[in-house]
Amino acid sequence: MKIIKTGRMDREFIDQVEKMSRSNLSVCWNCMACSGGCIFSEDMDYLPNRIVRMIQFGLKKKVLESSTIWLCVGCNNCAMECPNSLDMGAIMDALRQIALAENAKIAEPEILFFHNAVLDSIFRHGRTHKFEVMMRYKWAKKDMLSDVGLGLKMIPKGKLGFFPSRVKDRKTLRSLFQMKERFHEKN
Amino acid sequence: MKKIETELSYFPGCSLATTAKENNSSLKSFLNYFSIQLTEVEDWNCCGSSSAHSINSKLALSLAARNLFLAPYGKPLLVSCPACFIRLGQAQMEMNESKETQKEYERQFERPYNTDIKLLHFFELLVTMRENGFFKNLTGRLNGLKIAPYYGCMLAKPPRMAKGENHYGLIEKTMSSLGCESLQWPFLYTCCGTFLSVSRPKIAENLVNKIIQGAIQSGAECIVTACAMCHLNLEIRCLPENRLPIFHFSELLSLALEGKASKDWFKRHLINPEPLLKKRRLDIYR
Repeated sequence: MKIIKTGRMDREFIDQVEKMSRSNLSVCWNCMACSGGCIFSEDMDYLPNRIVRMIQFGLKKKVLESSTIWLCVGCNNCAMECPNSLDMGAIMDALRQIALAENAKIAEPEILFFHNAVLDSIFRHGRTHKFEVMMRYKWAKKDMLSDVGLGLKMIPKGKLGFFPSRVKDRKTLRSLFQMKERFHEKN
Repeated sequence: MKKIETELSYFPGCSLATTAKENNSSLKSFLNYFSIQLTEVEDWNCCGSSSAHSINSKLALSLAARNLFLAPYGKPLLVSCPACFIRLGQAQMEMNESKETQKEYERQFERPYNTDIKLLHFFELLVTMRENGFFKNLTGRLNGLKIAPYYGCMLAKPPRMAKGENHYGLIEKTMSSLGCESLQWPFLYTCCGTFLSVSRPKIAENLVNKIIQGAIQSGAECIVTACAMCHLNLEIRCLPENRLPIFHFSELLSLALEGKASKDWFKRHLINPEPLLKKRRLDIYR
């Protein structure tokens, strides 16, 4: 059993997570329904309910450096299980964004790299271009071989188009990348 | 009973516009048969997908909001991808809760915001079509095809959005009335792994094969999904021993309209469903 030494309560961190996720962490009973409903929990370093408890116990660094916050794909099955309707998906969104803003050590750099590649594709085309995202990802990871067989099957089926589907008004689209969240400005 | 709207605006989303063209085409063809016309939102953009809300909530709202501003007045907006539906729905909720946010985006897009856009989930449309008796003459058309209905995470919503109607059992009900045998199995609501199939392929592979094994063990001949992402993940991450055909819900619906399905849709599948269609005498294409 992994025993965690609790820290001093970090009200500022709790407030920040609650504000960004528009949730009230105090409603959590730690009943583990969320973790039971999470298909990814076996791959996570801390179960989702534990993350909530760790936030409450002031273990900010551990939370922000956990793999859990990156392995959560936001499928919302945890929220459906939660007797108190805690929006765990939104809490994980908030934690990832705090981790990025505070330059925390990222436990799953591949996942972050993927998200950035998708956003970059949206910036360029207005839509996600799967072929480009896959290629960039593979190139950056120096892993051009693992899915070659798969790629060769997908291309003739038209599942990986070479040319992106594009938005015409890319100027407006790109301007959206400059917009800032208001609560970031205030803090 | 709700009235059927026959003119809808339509948000296909990136998957249906590219990797899942067969989903897009079969959906349109199916609705067209019942004289429901779809007009694609002019110059729509990506809803933000999983990545925007994961690392930049503001961008997620902005990307989804642009589509809400582009949707024409007076027509419900049909969103066929369950993930896009949640992204657009969440943005709409945030916009409608805050006049300040509305104004901010009205300045950004230089046009007024329409608070009344009705987002229409494909499932909701299907329920209304059923209630209006659209499928009465199609009873038994799918010849006893044994299916594992697969929802993945599409029925799970963030708590703030989960207050409306849910559609548990819709694939089973619809498919059974069309003559499928809908089997009980354990992984109906198990997430397919979405983007982890690229960034953590091993996790997605384990998951996908567990899901497909569950379907095989229940005696299913195929899996039916209403999500293009699930379809892709099941097809690309399954091991050779688990190559069970995966259908888009819209493809099977179209197969029930004898002679209206296109062979081209099935040619795009990575797991060839044609032997199964032949076996069930469903290989009647247009």
